Amino acid sequence: MLIIGEKLSIIAKRVREAMMKRDKEPIQEIAKAQYKAGAGMIDANIGPAEDGGEDLMQWMVTTIQEAVPLPVCLDTTNYAAIEAGLKVHNNEWGRPLINSTSNDPERFPMLELAAKYNAQIIGLTVGKGGLPADAEERAAIAAEIMARAMEYGVPMEDIYLDPLVLQIATSQDHALKVIKAVKMFQELNDPPMKTVVGLSNVSNGCPKHLRPILNKYYLSLLMYEGLTAAIADPSEVAETVKTIDVIMGKTLYAHSYLEM
Amino acid sequence: MAFTPPKESYAGKVYSVTVGTGDTAVTFGGENVLPFHGFEGETPNRPVIAYEIQDVPPSDWPESVQKPFESVSSDPVEWAKFCQDTLKAKAIALRLIGTHPDRENRSAEDAAKTVRDVLSAINVPLIILGSNHAEKDSSVLVAVAEAAKDKNCIIGKAQEANYKTIVAAAMANNHKLIAMSELDINLSKQLNILITQMGFDKEKLVTDPMSSALGYGLEYTYSVMERIRLAALTQNDATMQPPMVADIGMYVWKIKETQAPESDLPQWGSLPERGIAWEAVSAMSFLIAGAELLIMRHPQAVEAVEKFIGEMEG
Repeated sequence: MLIIGEKLSIIAKRVREAMMKRDKEPIQEIAKAQYKAGAGMIDANIGPAEDGGEDLMQWMVTTIQEAVPLPVCLDTTNYAAIEAGLKVHNNEWGRPLINSTSNDPERFPMLELAAKYNAQIIGLTVGKGGLPADAEERAAIAAEIMARAMEYGVPMEDIYLDPLVLQIATSQDHALKVIKAVKMFQELNDPPMKTVVGLSNVSNGCPKHLRPILNKYYLSLLMYEGLTAAIADPSEVAETVKTIDVIMGKTLYAHSYLEM
Repeated sequence: MAFTPPKESYAGKVYSVTVGTGDTAVTFGGENVLPFHGFEGETPNRPVIAYEIQDVPPSDWPESVQKPFESVSSDPVEWAKFCQDTLKAKAIALRLIGTHPDRENRSAEDAAKTVRDVLSAINVPLIILGSNHAEKDSSVLVAVAEAAKDKNCIIGKAQEANYKTIVAAAMANNHKLIAMSELDINLSKQLNILITQMGFDKEKLVTDPMSSALGYGLEYTYSVMERIRLAALTQNDATMQPPMVADIGMYVWKIKETQAPESDLPQWGSLPERGIAWEAVSAMSFLIAGAELLIMRHPQAVEAVEKFIGEMEG
């Protein structure tokens, strides 16, 4: 399973300050730590970035890729910033991932960028009408996103469908609905559609000591249903990913499997 | 519409390993498909067969496989030269069986001398094997690795019980290394991990998951090899991507079928033919399971397997 390192987010104070000051060192240090812990891609969340988003995203992409041989997940609602990031992304280590489009017409231009720059893209299964009620509604929105992607010329294998993980503390009933959606998404196409979650949202708002526990057990269940990727803290979930891969027969067991 | 055969593609690739120096160096492995599936991907190197010789006369070998070497086998140097010059061996595997405490119990120094003598007489690559006595091998293989420094040999076999000293010696003297485990895919992976955690380059490893003779557990050894190769290719498991060796001669030439005379078992037919066929068929099976390096004894069996490889590669 692909771990997309979540730690470079504007929400974190240290990262935000480094972004504002254009201080490469903390950004590269965090990128390296995530790479070492098993991240296969690094998320660069610059927020809405209404002012100077283009410059900031370009700086993030090049700063990250100077430090680690990984592709970047471009995370912002700012269309121009995404495009600016795609222009400088080094595809040598994999193609970039746009985070994200959805069924909201305002987000359709992201598909245009995916097609134009041969990038992969996350399809968040929400529309203009608010949060999806259940797995079935998520799958219906997914189908609409897929149809839209076809219009724009984005291949199905370049789309990661995101069922939108909600907080267990406030929306407990959605925890299982998201797992079911991951299963249903795969059935929408042959070969199966790829899936991704923003994992730590499940424990958002929970006491700090509970967060890793909720994240890890939730990830196990999602992986069992075939989840392709998770935006998560690699050092927190690496053990879970390796262990579930062994249990599911995707990795050959050896006593030192956690060290690999 | 014409039928198009489906093609499988794989995520992983077997490392290619080069052994020996100069023009006579050989390379095996390097494929990104199952054995002989050249129509699906790359199979850059032909499997290599090494002729097995040993440091002491082969009095323990059955007569029919002693015979081809009877004029030379009293001296490992002559024996090696005969394999290289007359049999056109591409590689030679020198088994230091005489160092085994239950055999001649030759010293590590004696073994090192034999290795030096053989190396100075041949220019094809040399595989240097201990006696499979874990404790003795850890001193013998260290001495011979030094004696063969920079000749780019394969040293073996490192096992769970003795790998540390042998790995260090192979690393210090620039050799390749055979990592052997006994018929257990998980232990095979674990040993490769432990060896690479010592700093040994995984691209210099050769895995020996154990082989056997037809009729004596071949299906088990075959299955372990096949699963290792599938893990390397389908799961892109780097720890399982070294090429594999099948050390066949020593298993085949100790079973009843290669020794029972025709006078006792007329229904089994000619003894010499039977032994050759047994070694050849066992070897071919391991090639199909995924082995890239074979260690064999009888020249006619080697010839049959070379022909088989040619036919399979088309």
